[in-house]
Amino acid sequence: MPKSQFTQERLVASREEIAQLSRRRFLGYASAATGLIAVASSCKKEATSSNPSSLDGVDLGSGDPGILNYAYALEQLEAAFYTQVIMTQYSGISATETALLTDIRDHEISHREFFKNALKDAAIQDLEVDFSTIDFSSRDSVLATAKAFEDLGVTAYNGAGRLIVSADYLVIAGKIVSVEARHAALIRELIMKGTFADDTALDADGLDGARKPSEVLAIAGTYLKTKINADNLPTY
Amino acid sequence: MNLNNIINEIEKVDGDAIDRMDSRRSALKNFVNFGGKLALTAVPLAFGSMFKKAYAGTKNVADVFDVLNYALTLEYLEAEFYATSLTSPGLLPAGEVLNGIQTISKHETAHVNFLKTAITAAGGTPVEKPTFDFSGGNGSGNGPFKDAFKDLGLFLAVAQTFEDTGVRAYKGRAAELVGGGDYLTAALKIHSVEARHASFIRFLRKNLGSGVGNLKPWITGKQSGINSSAVQASYDGEEVTNQAGVEIVNINGFPISADAASEAFDEPLSAADVLMIVDGFIV
Repeated sequence: MPKSQFTQERLVASREEIAQLSRRRFLGYASAATGLIAVASSCKKEATSSNPSSLDGVDLGSGDPGILNYAYALEQLEAAFYTQVIMTQYSGISATETALLTDIRDHEISHREFFKNALKDAAIQDLEVDFSTIDFSSRDSVLATAKAFEDLGVTAYNGAGRLIVSADYLVIAGKIVSVEARHAALIRELIMKGTFADDTALDADGLDGARKPSEVLAIAGTYLKTKINADNLPTY
Repeated sequence: MNLNNIINEIEKVDGDAIDRMDSRRSALKNFVNFGGKLALTAVPLAFGSMFKKAYAGTKNVADVFDVLNYALTLEYLEAEFYATSLTSPGLLPAGEVLNGIQTISKHETAHVNFLKTAITAAGGTPVEKPTFDFSGGNGSGNGPFKDAFKDLGLFLAVAQTFEDTGVRAYKGRAAELVGGGDYLTAALKIHSVEARHASFIRFLRKNLGSGVGNLKPWITGKQSGINSSAVQASYDGEEVTNQAGVEIVNINGFPISADAASEAFDEPLSAADVLMIVDGFIV
């Protein structure tokens, strides 16, 4: 079918048709990817003696599943953080803040569990977090950490998008990153009005940031006891 | 715009043009039949894309220009909307509202300039800025939002709709930018800023008491939080709770409500849906 005809048909296809198609393609790809991952990891076990770096930390894997595991790792971190925030609420928290932070917790858990289920056998293990630098009784400490995590999440997804090969995965990442950006803006407004998209987040072209996985993990690693190995992720 | 005249002009310059576009003929025909006003706004973007494909044959380049010009059209809309608000006497109260809108206005203007520069630098041609009717009245100035620059509540409702729609619009074209490298990254960098804007305006409306229901920085179900059915098309489809075959409600035993599950993922909108939504604003 000529490319432009395909485009036209896609343009007029109903939302439901697109959703069905996406689901089928996504699932097909995910199962194929799972198989690939299994093969890749079994090869690596034999090769570990000649590849010492693969012994160093939890291997995210390669290709799109590797990028999904990368996102899964970040969502594990965020979900664990907000779960703690709601369990041990800071002094002086308002009802509005409790409601908003509970929403964010539920969003991050949704993201985390989505990746876990989508990755199936290819999913990395549960990560152990290190929140020793965070004072959960302090509003300033909690919101500053939340801001750092949300801004980091936005730059992580923005930077990883170009590494994704599957259009369906890219759209899923897009569905999540805008919610992270909504979180980031809200947390910033809770800290100080008018900072939802200030010059500390955006450049002179009014653009958000984008970070490479290696840059993101260097920052996120501060909050993780489990070491992450991103050596097999695609790069640019 | 008369499509036939343009095709004739191309044939004068290059007699083989239509033959070379032969495989695209049915697509072209679909567009001509697409219907009245919508076709008029849709054609410049789509036709530009088909033209480039017919000549350049490099589909990725043409796809990228097409998506960037689509984005540019939406950014023109937003930039002019906010710029107009800033020169509307008595609309924006000093302080939080004025400061926030000034910030957003600065970004939208920067996005227009960035996209124009990016398209030009890559050898493409940026689309011209359309004429807008922010009343949503197709040029009559008498649409459902005719008081948007007099009534702060209405202005912020339209702003929220534009931002939420923008977020969905970028997502709806993301798949076409797979492998687009810097262009994809640039689109993502704008996309998340639109989401920041949307979050701010929604939170502001909530705090000003102008939201309907429990308005949040994120989209709950398909609720607009706006007392007008005219904006509903921008929210329809946001209520889904199943992502790529994975059901999010109560996922793996975690008590995730349908509201939270829908909020956790923003949904894309197709170009056709977006063009229908903005049709009344583009003369």
